[in-house]
Amino acid sequence: MCLAIPGKIVAEELRNGLRIGRVQFSGIVRETSLDFVPEAEVGDYVMVHVGFAISKVDAEEAERTYELLEEMGALEGELPPA
Amino acid sequence: MKYIDEYRDARIARGLAKAIANCARHNWVLMEICGGQTHTIMRYGLDELLPRQIELVHGPGCPVCVTPLETIDRAIALALRPEVILVSYGDMLRVPGSDLDLFRAKARGADVRIVYSPTEAVTIARANPDRKVVFLAIGFETTAPANAMAAWQARREGLTNFSMLVSHVLVPPAMRALLTSTQNRVQGLIAPGHVCTVMGYQEYEALVRDFALPVVVGGFEPVDLLEAILMLVKQLEQHEARLENQYVRSVSCQGNLPAQRIMQEVFEIADQKWRGIGPIARSGLRLRPEFAAYDANQVFDLELIVADEPAECISAQVLQGLKKPTDCPVFAMRCTPENPLGAPMVSAEGACAAYYHYRRHTRAS
Repeated sequence: MCLAIPGKIVAEELRNGLRIGRVQFSGIVRETSLDFVPEAEVGDYVMVHVGFAISKVDAEEAERTYELLEEMGALEGELPPA
Repeated sequence: MKYIDEYRDARIARGLAKAIANCARHNWVLMEICGGQTHTIMRYGLDELLPRQIELVHGPGCPVCVTPLETIDRAIALALRPEVILVSYGDMLRVPGSDLDLFRAKARGADVRIVYSPTEAVTIARANPDRKVVFLAIGFETTAPANAMAAWQARREGLTNFSMLVSHVLVPPAMRALLTSTQNRVQGLIAPGHVCTVMGYQEYEALVRDFALPVVVGGFEPVDLLEAILMLVKQLEQHEARLENQYVRSVSCQGNLPAQRIMQEVFEIADQKWRGIGPIARSGLRLRPEFAAYDANQVFDLELIVADEPAECISAQVLQGLKKPTDCPVFAMRCTPENPLGAPMVSAEGACAAYYHYRRHTRAS
């Protein structure tokens, strides 16, 4: 139930006063409400839960933490076995 | 897929598992609250990657599992009325009620429809003005803004044939109840990343302070969870208790303010019964009086239902992290996802279903 998956906003429109995005997840594109993420724009990634974007993925934070994790992976071969 | 694949990288996962093994000097019991996280742990065998000092116990974060039996019975009673279209998330259909489940009600002719998003329930109401559409609005804080939006939209459009049967639960009061229990063994907590995406994580400061307990907000991919576990173990080994955020790409301290605003406009905090756990003060949400016209409990004249769980189901202890699904004498025998005795065997997030799908062949003897 609490699953949310990242997708990329490829288009958006206003419909009945609500902001609807077309969000791409791998091969499929779904309509998603963007009302909770006013800061998100076409090209951004958002986390989507039951048809609503609940956050804009923080690309900078993701990049920064991933670099740290990458180092963890690179160390993997050098660490003594657990 | 960006932001998924890199967090499933086996090399990084092994690196994290080794770092955990190098760090863990003592035995620690950690709980992941969210059932989505439980499934990742089982699916990728993360518990088996961890050193034996680290025990993971599974929390109550499965909304389908903790929705009270009385609510399921009420949903079934409504669904069986000829004028009603009962709209639900798919996971709810096989959850056992006292006599039957929504799936069997559907087989008996009830008009039960599955939706992916609550806005579809509003669309169904708009398209069926001669029927009464009831949306079974369940969930944690993650889902509350979307469900709130359905009521808000229905009111804005002036729909008179739409209502919601609400069973909404909140994580922090439930965690406080579990941690206060004399049976509690949990020493570190992985807070649910998507609940915190909506709510932020300030509410968890009080748990850290009152229970001297490290809490790390964690994501849902294997690398996320291993990193959260490493952060907890580091704190525990250094006798620290702090609140940290592993899931920085989605979670901010204050959370999603527009989502919180719609939640507060539509819902108010209320006492709530949790299936398997019992009543917990101020641990749920109900519709505000301004939305009474959209509250199925008030729109329909429903009998008071009192229901009992099957005696042999141990889901109460499973949901509180006191027992593992494999401790249950009927696990994978008389209780399976096709014929569940308890809700945790049904849901895609239930701990029993996770063990059934990924562990039933390696059941401990």
